[in-house]
Amino acid sequence: MYSENTFQGSQNYVASQELMGAVNIAMALQKPLLIKGEPGTGKTMLAEAISQALNKKLVIWNIKSTTKAQDGLYVYDVVQRLYDSQFGNQGVDDIAKYVKLGKLGEAFSSDEQVILLIDEIDKADLEFPNDLLWELDKMEFYIPETKQTIQAKHRPIVIITSNAEKELPDAFLRRCIFHYIAFPSQELMEEIVNVHFPNLDTDMLKQVMEAFYWIRGLSSIQKKPSTSEVLDWIQALQLGGVSQQKIKSEIPFAGVLLKKNEDLDTLEKYKR
Amino acid sequence: MFSSFFYLLRKRGLSVSFNEWMTLLEALKKGLHHSSFTGFYYLCRAILVKSETDFDRFDGAFLEYFKDMEFTEELPKELLEWLENPKDKPKDKFDMDRANENAYLSSEEIQKMLLERLQEQKEEHNGGSYWVGTGGVSVFGNSGYSPKGIRVGGVSRYKTAFQVAGERNFRDFRNDNTLDTRQFQMAFRQLRQFSSRIDAPKTEFDIDNTVQETCNNAGKLKVVYQKPRKNTVKVLLLMDSGGSVEYYSRLCSALFQSVSKSNHFKDLKVYYFHNSIYSKVYTEPSLRVKLAVDTNWILQNISSEYKVIIVGDAMMEPSELLSSSYYSYGVRDSVPGIEWFQRFKQKYPHIIWLNPAKRPQWSSYWSHTYDVLADLFAMYPLSVDGLQEGLKKLLVSK
Repeated sequence: MYSENTFQGSQNYVASQELMGAVNIAMALQKPLLIKGEPGTGKTMLAEAISQALNKKLVIWNIKSTTKAQDGLYVYDVVQRLYDSQFGNQGVDDIAKYVKLGKLGEAFSSDEQVILLIDEIDKADLEFPNDLLWELDKMEFYIPETKQTIQAKHRPIVIITSNAEKELPDAFLRRCIFHYIAFPSQELMEEIVNVHFPNLDTDMLKQVMEAFYWIRGLSSIQKKPSTSEVLDWIQALQLGGVSQQKIKSEIPFAGVLLKKNEDLDTLEKYKR
Repeated sequence: MFSSFFYLLRKRGLSVSFNEWMTLLEALKKGLHHSSFTGFYYLCRAILVKSETDFDRFDGAFLEYFKDMEFTEELPKELLEWLENPKDKPKDKFDMDRANENAYLSSEEIQKMLLERLQEQKEEHNGGSYWVGTGGVSVFGNSGYSPKGIRVGGVSRYKTAFQVAGERNFRDFRNDNTLDTRQFQMAFRQLRQFSSRIDAPKTEFDIDNTVQETCNNAGKLKVVYQKPRKNTVKVLLLMDSGGSVEYYSRLCSALFQSVSKSNHFKDLKVYYFHNSIYSKVYTEPSLRVKLAVDTNWILQNISSEYKVIIVGDAMMEPSELLSSSYYSYGVRDSVPGIEWFQRFKQKYPHIIWLNPAKRPQWSSYWSHTYDVLADLFAMYPLSVDGLQEGLKKLLVSK
């Protein structure tokens, strides 16, 4: 049905069946795909993987707390124009010369379909997602300065990630396809570790996994360690030359796994 | 088509909108469920559910709605007729040993077998162990016995979707405590007073002064920047913790969440007390004496420009508020609680009280302190409307 535009995971990215399904649904319905999940479950990587798998260009719009919706559309460089007018430079009459498209504008005006990643949308102001409703719905926006409408030549595939720092407005959510990336199971995690540490001892891996999932299971841990932390931890254990027997009982270098003082205290209490 | 599912979802507390429902129908028309029930389940979930905290609720509703669904489309008509009107009556006894062998089959194997039989079967079978039929011990059909199998004519190959929904994997994510903090957050946005008299680099283009300066400069461009305007509101939040207010902890924590997430305040300080403020307040809701701060220190060091929000139910034993010697959390005090409240009121011109509890309808022991405090402070109910009203009050000077 949509043979050419189907996502099946990529070489470096192992996507679960459900995730691939969600990606394909979003593409077929031409709606933004909203990805949520714990930090370190590969939300941002997904867009890269899709871009590789479908061989399409990836446009990344990184959202910061100061980002405004307008920044993604275009910026009108008034000051440059004023300066240029002072020195009688050529082309000052041409306003379009001073209108620079933002990431969204770039994605819309691209000659071929691109993947647009709006990364960590929850970092921005509360109103930010609402300001983008029209643009994402109609895939167009108007530049009053040049009386020009930028319309998407090819509807970009939009991937949006969120860490759930802020709640997103309902009106925005209603327009998205949603997928939650669950924390990897122990088997999947072992696979991931294997990719990063191909020569890791099986016993050590087993010890590390047991300790790691035990810590994650403690209910009073506030900030649960995730994939990137366990990878760092294995590195630390290897460099520190810790004997395998001690991994589970002593949890050396716990500071790599747990970032909060309270959590380290909790761990001390449970450790025997 | 199955719009009652839509209403069931809404009834079970999922805020599915009509738009999303139409999107789902469009997706079904496009065949995005790939004619499989599991695909249908994931399609519904991706389109209709927008938060992992709602997954469990969705799974529950999905099971509830589809568990009794008859599936008739993909099975040949004759087969269903044989099944519905069997020529033989079901036997009283089954070949139990033969039936129990079925227990070792996996559900994939059973599904595969069913597909094979559907290809092969050309006539009615009842009471056997191989074909699809009634009253037998094969793994498919109905009115028979088998420890494992597929009931054809009832729930059939949908099993995998039920397995997914039935596992209820997202039970842990379900959090009925999640109030809509967004509404609270939106309310807190009102609490702004803009000023450009802050410590910040001049980054904003100042048109008026640029024009002015350029003119003064004999027409040679001179660009002027100004400091951006920023919110200067500082907030001091005092929260009642433990005891009777525990009952409202969900509401209070929603308020706390939205205040702490509102990053537009210039400063936010949070302290806790129990029932009434005495000579110490606490930096943690656990009210540990070690982490206590002198209330006098606050009154002396936190300037009066702070907007103060007190959250509490204002209901306690009258002596806790009015008596001059009350012992609370390891602190003995000679100044009554009411006196401390009055000091706050004197020091801070912008002060409100948010109350999660309603005043008891009849005057009683408990309502006494409520009335005293409601008299002293502008008291608002801790709801979206009450909060909005209270915040307006915080912004105006009397």
